Amino acid sequence: MNPTLDLLYRLADDQLILGHRNSEWNGLGPILEEDIAFSSMAQDKLGHALQLYTLLHELGEAEPDTVAFTRNAPQFHCCQLTELPIGEYDFSLIRHFLFDHAELLRFEALAGSSYEPLAQVARKVKGELKYHVLHANTWVKRLGSATEEAIGRMQAALEFTLPYALGIFETTDAEPDIIRSGLFIGEAELQARWEASIGKVLAQTALTLPDLRTLTPVGGGRRGQHTEYLQPLLDEMAEVFRLDPTADW
Amino acid sequence: MYGSASTHDIPAKATTGLENEDPILLAEFEARIARGEKIEPTDWMPQLYRKQLTRMIEQHAHSEIIGSLPEGTWITRAPGFRRKMAQMAKVQDEVGHAQLLYSAAETLGKTREQMLSDLVNGKSKYSNVFNYPTPTWADSNVISWLIDAGAIVNQMANAKGSYGPYCRALDRICAEEAFHLKYGHDAVVHMATGTPVQRKMMQEALNRWWPAIMTFFGPSDKMSVHTEILMRWKVKMATNDACRQQFLDMYVPKIWEIGLTLPDANLRKNEDGVWEFTEPDWEDFKRVINGDGPCNAERIAVRRAAEENGAWVRRALLQPQARYVRPLA
Repeated sequence: MNPTLDLLYRLADDQLILGHRNSEWNGLGPILEEDIAFSSMAQDKLGHALQLYTLLHELGEAEPDTVAFTRNAPQFHCCQLTELPIGEYDFSLIRHFLFDHAELLRFEALAGSSYEPLAQVARKVKGELKYHVLHANTWVKRLGSATEEAIGRMQAALEFTLPYALGIFETTDAEPDIIRSGLFIGEAELQARWEASIGKVLAQTALTLPDLRTLTPVGGGRRGQHTEYLQPLLDEMAEVFRLDPTADW
Repeated sequence: MYGSASTHDIPAKATTGLENEDPILLAEFEARIARGEKIEPTDWMPQLYRKQLTRMIEQHAHSEIIGSLPEGTWITRAPGFRRKMAQMAKVQDEVGHAQLLYSAAETLGKTREQMLSDLVNGKSKYSNVFNYPTPTWADSNVISWLIDAGAIVNQMANAKGSYGPYCRALDRICAEEAFHLKYGHDAVVHMATGTPVQRKMMQEALNRWWPAIMTFFGPSDKMSVHTEILMRWKVKMATNDACRQQFLDMYVPKIWEIGLTLPDANLRKNEDGVWEFTEPDWEDFKRVINGDGPCNAERIAVRRAAEENGAWVRRALLQPQARYVRPLA
């Protein structure tokens, strides 16, 4: 695939799928304020996805609604981390923490992309992601240093989630071209920055960051290989849209 | 959404307890209200006023969070980016209203934890309309437009009431509801003027919801008790019947205008300008509000699961050793 399309699909699909998952916290949060916070982040992520699908449309791909609501799982390029069910709050919080740290650094780097339309979107998106990271850090620090129960849950969630989080940085065949053309700094460089960034926050808690080199990353998502959870998510998302594909909803 | 007058009338057997109140303080209190002054949390108030307002604001708050569930289930299925994002924002507003209202109710002395506990234990009620299902996207749109419209009629009236914190919360809530109304109307119009599949879905949803909508403002005033004292104290600002008439006058023409019909052959405006309609089935209403509706158990189960699953987080937040983290705002 053309390196620009390859990169944009990965970015957009991550945002759409995690935004969708975050929205599932409506009515289920541990306190009302968290229902509201997860909804805000979901709305931001949907907005980011829409901007990125719009860039794809400008490059000749289908309309954003068509791209988002009519593809099947093998055509999606999100990492598997984003598609896992929301589980309990500890998992959703740790996923949000691990993903958004990478996302903020990613969009900070993309603000300098050689593809100017993407750089423009990134300059706006990174400003919003700053708040997502602030939210994640606040809660991870708080729960990661509170009761034994909370620390135990957070540590278990961290250990479960990390292999999936390493899958964020899975590369595709387009990676050398992406780096060479200055589209993006590349996944390896991003991962190095991310490790430093999450390490700094976790060091302020009672949580322990395992040695990442001992973990096996869960990849596949970038190549269209997904967990059993993605297709049902997509079926649900398109349930109404597909009732009448000719309709304007 | 979503407060309605349907649940907060005093039970017929309740005593007012007014004979135990200090007559001088009571007279001053009533005089202040008559002058249009607001009662604030630290002011003297009769027990009945405190109790009634707590119950009313609490039930309104519960209606917001329970009411966010039937529409919330359509967030993940909303068709297209535009609707998906708007549905999220709309439902999020409702949860925000609950947050505002619980804070207002707390000023009367009952904690949010206690209120939520009473909700999941079935001790306190919420607007009865949310005990009915939303089987299609069109049902969600009907709620967004017409239930929110009903709530605005009610809340605009109550915003002129006597209790300061509730009035201020309602002012903010009504401003957001005005957007919801536009959102709901836009979604309904799209369906009602859309493809045959969409028109059929919307008409069926409206037929399903109309009986519940007609009960939204509560039983006829002929069946309510104690309305008089609550109106004198500006706890209740308009009668159930007056709200229902206002709603019908504002929205029935709009519904007919977009080519939808209503499942009540007797619905019409008579020469005096009063709407006539088939009397709702109040026995069924009573049965549902007392727990035997199609979704009562499901709504409470979702809320209870949220409370139980999130308990560890709240315990952690209360831990004194927890490292202080600078709040976001």
